[in-house]
Amino acid sequence: MITVENLTKTFTQSNTSVAALDDVSLQVPDGSVCGVVGTSGAGKSTLARCIALLEKPDSGAIRVDGTDLVSLEGSKLRAARRRIGVVPQGDSLLRQRTAAGNVALPLESAKVPAAQRRSRVAELLDLVGLADKSSVYPDHLSGGQRQRVAVARALAAKPSVLLADEPTSALDPGTTDSVLTVLERARSELGVTVLVVTHDMAVVRRIADDVAVLEEGRVVEHGKVLDLVSEPGSRIGSTLLPETDQASTLQLDSGGHDVVAEVVLVGFAAVGALLPEASSRFGVELSILGGGLTRLGDTPVAKFRVGLSGERSESALKWMIERDAHVRRAPVSVDGVAA
Amino acid sequence: MSDVTPWSEVLELVRPATVETLYMVLMSTLVGVVGGLPLGVWLHMTSHVGLTPKPLVHRVLGAVVDVTRSIPFVVLLVVVGSLTRLLMGQAFGSSAAIVPLAIAAVPFFARLTSNALREVDSAIVEAAVTTGAGKFRIVWTVLLSEARAALVGAVGVTMLALIGYAAMAGAIAGGGLGATAILDGYNAYDDRVLYVSVVLLGILAWGMQLLTDWVTKLVDRRRAATNV
Repeated sequence: MITVENLTKTFTQSNTSVAALDDVSLQVPDGSVCGVVGTSGAGKSTLARCIALLEKPDSGAIRVDGTDLVSLEGSKLRAARRRIGVVPQGDSLLRQRTAAGNVALPLESAKVPAAQRRSRVAELLDLVGLADKSSVYPDHLSGGQRQRVAVARALAAKPSVLLADEPTSALDPGTTDSVLTVLERARSELGVTVLVVTHDMAVVRRIADDVAVLEEGRVVEHGKVLDLVSEPGSRIGSTLLPETDQASTLQLDSGGHDVVAEVVLVGFAAVGALLPEASSRFGVELSILGGGLTRLGDTPVAKFRVGLSGERSESALKWMIERDAHVRRAPVSVDGVAA
Repeated sequence: MSDVTPWSEVLELVRPATVETLYMVLMSTLVGVVGGLPLGVWLHMTSHVGLTPKPLVHRVLGAVVDVTRSIPFVVLLVVVGSLTRLLMGQAFGSSAAIVPLAIAAVPFFARLTSNALREVDSAIVEAAVTTGAGKFRIVWTVLLSEARAALVGAVGVTMLALIGYAAMAGAIAGGGLGATAILDGYNAYDDRVLYVSVVLLGILAWGMQLLTDWVTKLVDRRRAATNV
């Protein structure tokens, strides 16, 4: 469990001070994956550097399993750093050491005996799928492989938290996938709490349970991805879910529908069956005007703009809401045009 | 013009001189590395890109290193004469020449070391910091280890510079190919001895460079740039 409490960091440069972090609080429960997203300049890197204990915040606390790590110094600080495994931004492997040598680095700092070190390194390289590359030097590995070695290194000292700072920014989509798979495996096989700082929504879509949106140094949205997507006006929702807007311009006279609504459906059962069942149960004609289906982690999620026609349209909507569909009525103007 | 010295005599003159030059260069390089490496590390660590920036210490160290480096070697040779006598019991001969040579080599190698360490990617250093590595571990396993190719190169550059300095030192303090070239060659109007000494100095320099390149290649694990 990692908690960030009221973190504030201001940089002063030639008499102008910029608040890189402004009262940032986050909570990542044990064994979950939290994505921290935001545009560049939103404070992501500063937050990552503070959590990696490379930068001291002006105020606030960073707690791993309850202990505040911000104020530590010397050997206590070094020991604390091993509780947070860091996958830094960009290439960070020692180029003069083999993959195995790189993974061993935190173990050397922790003074783990050589024999134990070797077996632990082998375990980790196996976890990231690079058991056969242990004696290869970084320059002879691909970008994705190097990043996986960096993940193995971050996990070597058995940290309870894994922090990845833009782990996929330099990678193509296929390679990104292999790195995300490894992060997910760290969570599921080692029970590590994972914090991924990224500008790439695909990362959130693939592995995040929780998400926090940073904007100008502030957290403007924070919660479970699956909760946020169904919240009206959520940035995460509008970014992760399929667009429905285009349909409205095509439906200028609402097509004679009695009701036009946006429906967000979460989970296999809802996505698969709710709309047809509503249609048949209430005898309404239901047409999909826009939107589509996507997948967040393992959960299918759909966002549709639907038009309902029939006397019992309202009841059908109400019935869907009772079954956890998130329904938002599209504002309908006086002449019946869906806005 | 004197008569041309027979080759056998030339050989007898230059053989011990070559050994003396090698001795002076290698010994002073050794002292230069032993003294210059920690000084260079210190210089780098206290700089603004180092792990423990200390602007004042850095400026003082930098000044000492660069002022020493800027003293012309011939002047240094004379200035440290009494120190040489104190340390070596004499001011002449190749052993005595090691003192000024080493004094020149230490700041020279220190500056090269600090430059080499500055080239180590800060992302790599920070990554090591996040693993909980202490300062000494970072210096040893990250900075020095990652900069190994540049450091070996720096040893080579130092050796080469010292060949030149040793020739100068030899000419004044006696000993080595420099002394042979000047005293037995130039002053004695013996062109053969002069040019043989010069060629030998060249071969020594060239050989040391080859050796340096070979060792560099041996220790460097980075991929070479593809030939275009």
